[in-house]
Amino acid sequence: MSLDLPKEIEPAIELVGIDKKFGAVHANKNINLTVAKGSIHGIIGENGAGKSTLMSILYGFYHADQGEIRISGKPIAIRDSQAAIAAGIGMVHQHFMLVENFTVLENVMLGAEGGQLLRKGVASARKELKRLEDDYGLEVDPDAVVEELPVGSQQRVEILKALYRGAEILILDEPTGVLTPAEADHLFKVLRVLRDQGKTIILITHKLREIMAITDTVSVMRRGEMVATRKTSETTVEELAELMVGRRVLLHVEKGDANPGRVLLSVRNLSVKDARGVTMVDNVSFDVRAGEIVGVAGVAGNGQSELLEAIAGIRKPASGEILIDGKPVAGIDPAGLRDLGLAHIPEDRHHMGLVLKFEEYENSILGYHRDRRYGRGAMLDLEAMRKDAEEKIAKYDIRPPNPRLKTANFSGGNQQKIVVAREIERDPNVLIIGQPTRGVDIGAIEFIHKRIIDMRDAGKAVLLVSVELDEIRSLSDRILVMFAGKVVGEKTGDAGEQTLGLMMAGIAA
Amino acid sequence: MNTASVQLPAWINYGVIPLLNLALAFFFSGLVVWAIGESPVEALRLLLIGALGRGEGIGFTLFYATSFIFTGLSVAVAIHAGLFNIGSEGQAYLGGLGAALVALSFDRYVPWYVTMPFAVIGAALFGAACAAIPAWLQAKRGSHIVITTIMFNFITSSLMNYLLVRVLIVPGKMAPETRTFLEGGQLPKLDWLISMFGGRLGAAPLNFSFLIALVMCFLVWVLIWRTKLGYEMRTLGISPTAASYAGIPYAKIVMIAMLISGGLAGMMALNPVMGASARLQIEFVGGAGFVGIAVSLMGRNHPVGIILAALLFGILYQGGAELSFDMPSITRDMIVVIQGLVILFAGALEYMLRPAIVRLYQQISGK
Ligand SMILES: Nc1ncnc2c1ncn2[C@@H]1O[C@H](COP(=O)(O)OP(=O)(O)OP(=O)(O)O)[C@@H](O)[C@H]1O
Ligand SMILES: [Mg+2]
Repeated sequence: MSLDLPKEIEPAIELVGIDKKFGAVHANKNINLTVAKGSIHGIIGENGAGKSTLMSILYGFYHADQGEIRISGKPIAIRDSQAAIAAGIGMVHQHFMLVENFTVLENVMLGAEGGQLLRKGVASARKELKRLEDDYGLEVDPDAVVEELPVGSQQRVEILKALYRGAEILILDEPTGVLTPAEADHLFKVLRVLRDQGKTIILITHKLREIMAITDTVSVMRRGEMVATRKTSETTVEELAELMVGRRVLLHVEKGDANPGRVLLSVRNLSVKDARGVTMVDNVSFDVRAGEIVGVAGVAGNGQSELLEAIAGIRKPASGEILIDGKPVAGIDPAGLRDLGLAHIPEDRHHMGLVLKFEEYENSILGYHRDRRYGRGAMLDLEAMRKDAEEKIAKYDIRPPNPRLKTANFSGGNQQKIVVAREIERDPNVLIIGQPTRGVDIGAIEFIHKRIIDMRDAGKAVLLVSVELDEIRSLSDRILVMFAGKVVGEKTGDAGEQTLGLMMAGIAA
Repeated sequence: MNTASVQLPAWINYGVIPLLNLALAFFFSGLVVWAIGESPVEALRLLLIGALGRGEGIGFTLFYATSFIFTGLSVAVAIHAGLFNIGSEGQAYLGGLGAALVALSFDRYVPWYVTMPFAVIGAALFGAACAAIPAWLQAKRGSHIVITTIMFNFITSSLMNYLLVRVLIVPGKMAPETRTFLEGGQLPKLDWLISMFGGRLGAAPLNFSFLIALVMCFLVWVLIWRTKLGYEMRTLGISPTAASYAGIPYAKIVMIAMLISGGLAGMMALNPVMGASARLQIEFVGGAGFVGIAVSLMGRNHPVGIILAALLFGILYQGGAELSFDMPSITRDMIVVIQGLVILFAGALEYMLRPAIVRLYQQISGK
């Protein structure tokens, strides 16, 4: 399904008949795609549609079972990432591949040091890095240590790394998932400059707004197939959503008025320090009542993560008190809190919410594995576990529907659904949630949002932390804004984006 | 390409790859034998005949394998909880004390099958005790388990040498060992097992503890893959952050896993102490604890793999001894070199061949 390109525009990339199977899963079915040189091309599609797989094939991470890759008209075999780099393809991974305690310059040079003696290379690398930064507006301090940089800057280092190796084609797989809105804007500015200088960019994202804002053309994948390609200027968010999911999607959740009851979660003068002793949560107090959703808005890194972890019993508060249904819970571990009716969807599914090496059904009981229904006494009942997992898979449309598949082999969005299903299906009284829809497609976002609202309507207390202001605004009955560890204000659910934005930046209260 | 993520069928993963690794190890060992002017084919023949040719050889092979199964299981249980227990050697040594104390106090009064369960418990308790302090230091103080268990190997060794030379030694004798246990303190030989296959056990010390080892393999499998405790151990072993999210208590699991690991190492002592020599002797462990690390690694930390790897090392030990007897130019040290090559190829370089095999497999299966 390739777009009719005007003859004078030469294609940078042509994928012809790409096919890839993982066992029974047909991840890419006879994909044809042409991307014009000097353009930004978006790829969208549901979770598990095969976007990352396709890009991994282009970057030499996987081998296609069939099909051909042409770069600037010439067919080439991409055996591995080295070959991809040699062909001028660069990739910015969602999980950065940087050496944390190296400087920016050292990271950029790594693997391309040029010669046996480091010093000569360093001088010329510094010059080249400076030139790249100036040309593309990618400012970062070459001597800063990577782990001390904010995520947005780390991502810029990834881009610089690719450009330093001579990338003409840049692949970005869900680059904005971890960025603040301001950082995302900055990224887009950089991408536009890159395009104007003749680079070709492929952008995978679940945010249709980003597609509309920055791409020239956009392709839609569904269940392994490339189902449509459009000029961005000739399509709409609604059409794209429908192409992706195959039905009409509600882009805005519908919810009735809240009906708050008694206080189920209460936080009193809570302070939390991180491992280095820095105060991350500073004397915070609030209540969450039965039947309401309280959103915590804020730019990432302002203490929301630590707040969630403290309530979940993972992090010990430095001072203050947390009460669940009126009962102080100091010193109770996460297992005990679950018994008290608390459920927690953690921000970081890869390190907390899931054990990626486990099979799916093993993860669908994580934290609840001591339950009687998963086995009497000391034993696990694998039959019961698998049946339970199958039910959740069906209800949450987790794909592929195979409880025996290793969790790492599910696509990002489906992994998230495994966690959400596990925590919501427990029917907790208090649900605390961090970034529930990070990396999740719009159809699934609609579904997860509905489930969260169902929880509220069933009289549960919901605390929602998200860096997506849209998400906070469309779900929350009340919004707390956090800045530098403090709650700097409270607004009703219908507060304007502007007002909240200013409060999140610490400018207005 | 990233071949690590390609899933191979089980028969390749657990059959073809280990066999190829083994073939490589034997190939390089053959080069070594050839280099000193002997025939590699003849050496291999002698080794296999020595280990498997007669009932007695098989008896010795299984005797060695028994010890390696216990120590292999010990290492594997700890690894599943993310702990690298290098201390199986010392834990087995102290386990010998537990077994011997039971045997010495019971053998006069009761038959062996009454003594045995107490001896199993005694050996396990002493082995576990030896693992307890490193475990506690790891759980509460964060002292690295690798370092502390290595140190405990030395501590145990000194303690046992002292006890044997000063306390347990038979008065008036020169050898640092206890008195010989009476029949009530010995584990019976498994003549019947070998004669079932038409062989004769002869002087080989294969004994009842072989069966105990097999039972432990089954119990460890149940523990790791069928119990809630095993689930918690595996979660902690793979992802400590996920474990803390799930409310799995770190200190408790570390303690339990290490106590079980130490207990299994301690049980190894049953084999040489109560099964073979019927007395507690100095340095009776003889490196079996360290071989257990290789056995666990080769056996992919799975009981079935551990049995196979333990058999392999049993063959190397017994066949190697016979080989150096029949080919005097191949010394015991040469045998150690060959064992080292097996560990190198089958254990440490486990994944060396994998990418090539993945490519081959994909070509053949037409993908
Ligand atoms: N290594 C693998 N082994 C087995 N199956 C895999 C593997 N990698 C991906 N898959 C499967 O292939 C399909 C496509 O996955 P892919 O990661 O390409 O989806 P995606 O479009 O990037 O989804 P998401 O938006 O959730 O990131 C999924 O069903 C996934 O489970
Ligand atoms: Mg993806």
